[in-house]
Amino acid sequence: MYRRGDELGPQMNNRLALRIAIFGGVAIALFAVLFLRLWFLQVINGDKYLAEAKNNRTREFKITAPRGKILDRNGGVLVANGTSLALQLNPRKLPASQKERRAELAQLADLTHSTLRRLRKTIGEQESVSPGAPVTLRKDVGHYLVYYMQENQVRFPGVTVQRVFVRRYPHGTLAAHILGNVGEISEEELKESLYRRLEPGDEIGQDGVEYTYDRFLRGHPGLERIQVDALGQPTRNGRLFSQPPVPGDNLKLSIDTPVQEAGEAAMASFGLRGGFVTMDVHTGEILALGSYPTYEPSILIEPTQAQVNELYRDPVLAPLTDRAIAGLYPTGSTFKPITAIAALESGNLQLSEAIEDRGQLVVGGEVFKNAGEAANGTVSLVSALEVSSDVFFYTLGLRMWDSGDLQHWAHALGIGRPTGIDLPGAAEGLLPSKQWRNRLYKEGETERPWSAGDNVQLATGQGDLQTNPLQMAISYAAIANGGTIVTPHIGLQVDDAAGRVLKEFDPPPRRHVHIDPEYREAILEGLHDAAQNGGGTSFPVFGSFPIPVAGKTGTAQRPPYEDQSWYGVLAPYPNPRIVTFVTMEEGGFGVEAAAPAARTILEAYFAHRLSEAAKPEEGKP
Amino acid sequence: MYATRTRRARPEPFALRPGIAERLGLPYMDATLGLAAFGLVAFSVFVLGQATQHDVPGNPGYYVDRQMIYAVLGLVGMYLLARADYSRFRELRVGIYTFLCISVGLVFVFGFAARGSRRAFELPFFSFQPSELGKLLLVLALAGFVIDGARQGSARQRTVRYLCLGLAPAALVFLQPDLGTSLVYGAITLAVMYVGGVRWTHFAVIGAALVAITALVLVVAPAVGTPILKEYQQQRLTSFTHPSEDPSDAGYQQNQAKIAIGSGEKTGRGDRATQTRLDFVPERHTDFIFAVIGERYGFVGAAFVLSLYALLIWRALRIVTLSKNSYGTLVAGGIAAMLLFQVFVNVGMNLGIMPITGIPLPLLSYGGSSVLATLLAVGVLQSIHMQARLSQKGRFAW
Repeated sequence: MYRRGDELGPQMNNRLALRIAIFGGVAIALFAVLFLRLWFLQVINGDKYLAEAKNNRTREFKITAPRGKILDRNGGVLVANGTSLALQLNPRKLPASQKERRAELAQLADLTHSTLRRLRKTIGEQESVSPGAPVTLRKDVGHYLVYYMQENQVRFPGVTVQRVFVRRYPHGTLAAHILGNVGEISEEELKESLYRRLEPGDEIGQDGVEYTYDRFLRGHPGLERIQVDALGQPTRNGRLFSQPPVPGDNLKLSIDTPVQEAGEAAMASFGLRGGFVTMDVHTGEILALGSYPTYEPSILIEPTQAQVNELYRDPVLAPLTDRAIAGLYPTGSTFKPITAIAALESGNLQLSEAIEDRGQLVVGGEVFKNAGEAANGTVSLVSALEVSSDVFFYTLGLRMWDSGDLQHWAHALGIGRPTGIDLPGAAEGLLPSKQWRNRLYKEGETERPWSAGDNVQLATGQGDLQTNPLQMAISYAAIANGGTIVTPHIGLQVDDAAGRVLKEFDPPPRRHVHIDPEYREAILEGLHDAAQNGGGTSFPVFGSFPIPVAGKTGTAQRPPYEDQSWYGVLAPYPNPRIVTFVTMEEGGFGVEAAAPAARTILEAYFAHRLSEAAKPEEGKP
Repeated sequence: MYATRTRRARPEPFALRPGIAERLGLPYMDATLGLAAFGLVAFSVFVLGQATQHDVPGNPGYYVDRQMIYAVLGLVGMYLLARADYSRFRELRVGIYTFLCISVGLVFVFGFAARGSRRAFELPFFSFQPSELGKLLLVLALAGFVIDGARQGSARQRTVRYLCLGLAPAALVFLQPDLGTSLVYGAITLAVMYVGGVRWTHFAVIGAALVAITALVLVVAPAVGTPILKEYQQQRLTSFTHPSEDPSDAGYQQNQAKIAIGSGEKTGRGDRATQTRLDFVPERHTDFIFAVIGERYGFVGAAFVLSLYALLIWRALRIVTLSKNSYGTLVAGGIAAMLLFQVFVNVGMNLGIMPITGIPLPLLSYGGSSVLATLLAVGVLQSIHMQARLSQKGRFAW
């Protein structure tokens, strides 16, 4: 501090000068502090604060991708996406006080049919993944709840109603077991490599083709980075980054909706537990596949406790079980063509050979009788199939009891082994064999070793055999197509949203079995006679069917239940394109329940040809 | 320091060609001081223009237009005051002091309340906050009392008298409640006493008392259940010691201001500034305008502003030494202290090293009363400068 000499001022004494100097020194010090602090904040730590500022003002939102549609083989929609209203909660906007927060959550849990604990867990999970993002409390809420929430908005801070995607099933229960359902990914599933890139709250297929073809149907979620203000509200033009979601691809199934409808209707008309399958014998494409009792897939979107109870309560009814692929049943006489192949191919039976059927066969002191105790006299293979002579096949069973030929051929034709179908939950089944029973016997699980009687039982599809309509259909298809064990499949192709085919599914056959064409012809002839010759077992049902078919009834003994009705049919004869298998628990004789159902299915499949055949007749005067 | 008392030959070109500048008195004013003040107030208008466009829906110029009017009025007032002889105020000290106390006190009767505090009168065109002008009035009056009471009573009595004179209006402002401004009054009082020559020992006692009172107010009183400060005031005063992420905490604002300034880095974020644009920093047009400058213009801009303040205060201190009389010395000292205190506390608050006290940044913060009062104070400084120059030439004010 100095003053210019030419400026007059009061006599400044030295004490004042000192004070002013100190004043100036203090000012310099204070400014130094400010400058240094400014330097520290902006130059030294600027990048850190810049990162903080950026983090401050952005929020990331995941945009759910709509799942692909599921179509039938003609492009008809089986599963579509609807939007529904979902209740969402922004946890940041919950009341600050513990007590109020608890009260609101408890009320919300009550309104959404949940529990306070579950709700808290959901919120916690969501917060750990994408903090600040709203948590979905309940999807598919009814309008009454939405109105209630809107009227009482003050009581529920942070609760909003959002539109979300929900699976829609235009055909109701149709193909419920094939389609399956979607649900939120579980903690365990998150750990699987299949779901590597998913996060809690994401939806995945849980069953059916939704599960199998999840990776195609799922799509990729979009991402939106939005600039928000201090209150967390998106700012105007605040979209910083937006990656639109990639919708899932559409999945086209081999399902033929009219056939599927006919099959389900037929099952429902009997009201018996059971399953059915209709398959292309050459390609393995499944045209129809169903199980009864069935269920409404839409209730699995957000089931109430009562609905869950209904679905799981009765282990006998088990509506979620797909009996066509997961059933474990003896098949009755529908097994006989398999026995015939085994006997012929292993040389235990000559085509020309006739066997005397006296109505019963005694094996090891045990008497095996024909069904209905009929005596068919001398029967060849063809007539044995036509009238379903048990004794004929008992005899074959007896001939092969120790050699394992029956097991070898049945196994080769696909009985008691995985089918490779593209649906989860298929059962492997059980083909009883000498090794199997002797092992059980050694382990003390059963009271006796393998005996001829076991094989005699198996030859007619009784006893310990456990299989299902799908495995049977595959073996019949192999007989019909000359030995190709097809891979059954329901997925046909994947199309993108624009309809371009991305991928076609044409799984190669599992294997080939050598079947002599002569044997094939003989067996088909026997089956054709059984269905459409006057003395045939299913003549009452198929005798009047205008298209030649080859079908076999079956009546399986399945204590403690009543006899189980079976029917397997190949059509059209003599060069079948499709195989249909139907079974109904406690349906009695094959011709009583399963065969009429099979006819209904065939009528639907051949509807076009049948109506054309009917037209000229109408035209006649 | 004061060693250069010898006369130096200096050409005086203005004396030879008296023109419009001479007649306006411009050569006798401190150009640097004027430019610094003008620069700051112009920068204020510029910053408000950029940062507050969206603050008042449908009226992007709301703050800019008003601030510009205040600036023009203030600059005119500054010029008029500069042309007046500040020594008159010494004679008017009792009147000024009375006016100060009454105007500050009248707020309790007629003032309108904003955010729980009565500070301003609602006038037709703007709300007038008497405590802002009161800062200058206190300097003018107190300096007069110190000069005239210099020979009355003992040193101790004088010190007590000055303190009481200064603290009475401070107490009134404190009760409005406006903690920040009352602290400025305290700083002014101490500065005038300091320049006025109050003994060091007395300052030591005052300092000790201040420490004791601070402890009492912040620690003891709340502990025994008779808080003197309102809870939010207490929180604001102590929050800078613990920055917070919680928006409901007082420390949150300060943390956000700190992030804003830091994120400006060297050259600023311009219109991409988010902290001060998206409401993370509150009061961005008033108390936290420095954060806006820091974020938008970076170290370059913030340092420029600080430099202008340094210039302003340097010139004020220089005028302390130039003054033709002791009254001018005291007044200039008081104004210098007033500016320094406000700048340091406000910028320090923005930088997170001082508590939140609600002190505006002189000339930069939006607000008519503050801008006017500060420009008038600069006008008084100019007047002291001018009188010194004129008396040296043997001429007097018009």
